[in-house]
Amino acid sequence: MERYFQEEIECAPIEKIRAIQNEKLVKQVRHVWDNVPYYRQKMQEKNLTPDDIQSIDDLYKLPMLSKADLKAAYPYGLLACPLKDCVRIQSTSGTTGKRVVAFYTLKDIDIWEECCARAIVAAGGTNEDVCQVSYGYGLFTGGPGLNGGSHKVGCLTIPASSGNTERQIMFIMDLSATILCCTPSYAAYLGETMKEMGLTPEQIPLKAGIFGAEAWSEEMRRDIEKTLGIKAYDIYGLTEISGPGVSFECSEQHGMHINEDHFIAEIINPDTGEVLPEGTQGELVFTSLDKEAFPLLRYRTRDICTLTREKCSCGRTHIRMSKPKGRSDDMLIIRGVNVFPSQIETVLLNNGYAANYQIIVDRINNTDTFDINVEMTPDMFTDNVGEIQARKKVLEDGLKSMLGIKAKVTLVAPKTITRSEGKAVRVIDKRKI
Amino acid sequence: MSVNQVSVFLENRPGTLNKMTEILANHNVNIRALSLADTNDFGIARLIVNDVYEATNVLKEENFVATFTPVLVYKISDETGSLNKLLQSFTEADVNIEYMYAFAGKKDAYMIFRVKDTKNAESVLIGKGLKSLTQEEIAEV
Repeated sequence: MERYFQEEIECAPIEKIRAIQNEKLVKQVRHVWDNVPYYRQKMQEKNLTPDDIQSIDDLYKLPMLSKADLKAAYPYGLLACPLKDCVRIQSTSGTTGKRVVAFYTLKDIDIWEECCARAIVAAGGTNEDVCQVSYGYGLFTGGPGLNGGSHKVGCLTIPASSGNTERQIMFIMDLSATILCCTPSYAAYLGETMKEMGLTPEQIPLKAGIFGAEAWSEEMRRDIEKTLGIKAYDIYGLTEISGPGVSFECSEQHGMHINEDHFIAEIINPDTGEVLPEGTQGELVFTSLDKEAFPLLRYRTRDICTLTREKCSCGRTHIRMSKPKGRSDDMLIIRGVNVFPSQIETVLLNNGYAANYQIIVDRINNTDTFDINVEMTPDMFTDNVGEIQARKKVLEDGLKSMLGIKAKVTLVAPKTITRSEGKAVRVIDKRKI
Repeated sequence: MSVNQVSVFLENRPGTLNKMTEILANHNVNIRALSLADTNDFGIARLIVNDVYEATNVLKEENFVATFTPVLVYKISDETGSLNKLLQSFTEADVNIEYMYAFAGKKDAYMIFRVKDTKNAESVLIGKGLKSLTQEEIAEV
């Protein structure tokens, strides 16, 4: 039976959700106008005042924000309330450019944790569960967000944070953890290690996993579900908007419900900014509805996905977003072709390799080089050179047909691909353009 | 009886082979015979060692991919023509060799063969009067 953390709002009729959004949007715009000169100026440039925004139908009029705005307004330029009311910051794990710093009041944290609690309950969590949070704790939103959500559900929470795989496994086994929250690549890694230790899915007490903060494929999901003997749920979020829990999967495992009482989602054409109809693929844009410290209106996520309002069997009425095809930050343009790491992952898993890979792009004599290091696994290894080369050729052909361009595959030793904060370093782009 | 060879995946960069030998040395694993197959981007080390289980375990712990491969080992006398004689039996028995390598002892020499169907090859060669060595016999050489 489907469980809900806040059934009344999660299953509310669409008219009710609209009414909430209308009311909150008007207030949120007024709050930003009054307190964020950076955005007020953007509105003034379009000859807008808060009075022009009467309902969500007026949303399209508002100027959009992008990562560049966050950079320009760093650190306090988008803060909408006095520092005395702010209690915490979180920051993105981004490795390029300036870090994004987001601010929270106590109420902001409360709402964020509620969103995470909805995700945990949707994955079957109750106060009887033992929930191991193996996302990094600290500036990264993963750990703190799920930790708070787990408290709200009433789970016994193991704040394991990331790393120290041996200890992670010890806690899962000794304390009979039933829910695991971490990045999908770390879940896969934990699964591999437990398999090597001779643990079967039946022996592993976990029943559900809540995995996010990285793009991952359906194949990877099936893989993790098989090795750990669990049901794996996707969770989505971004620091700018709050953190994990902006949207989450239900038992249907078909798209993530966006918490529409807190966020409005739009899909736009990333080139023109034009709002696209439901069901069309495009860039996801979020507007926060009740944030105090760091409200963002029409923030461009760079995530490419689609939205659907189709009825979901779980009973939730909130709009669903598809698994992002890849954050456009992750998307690489190699020899003019768009390459998403998740596509590479799919091909690897379909060919029997593990999803442990690293893409290395460089530019030599004005031509992009495209190398993929793939970790060798015991399953794919034989003592026969010709056989290994033949398998590698099949893999390269598979990549070529999926991506449309040729990649050079190099087989590397297991566990040699760098991992940081539990997030695998998937892409090394050495091009200096 | 076939013998377990340890096959190890090696990245093609300086130091990998040395890392493998260092791990084996630290765990008192003695390498009796070794052959390397190499390509442009990876290699496979094939080893006959005194303790195959210890060897694969310690290599796996250090993140090497190491597996067992069944091979046939024959003892021949260390004199002109004995390998030729041995291979004649392979030819007559129609056994195809995938790869082979060898090591010489004090008075005898040992030939290690990888064939496709180890069990079948072993039995047809027994018919030719050739008995392959066991893991224990190899360890004592």
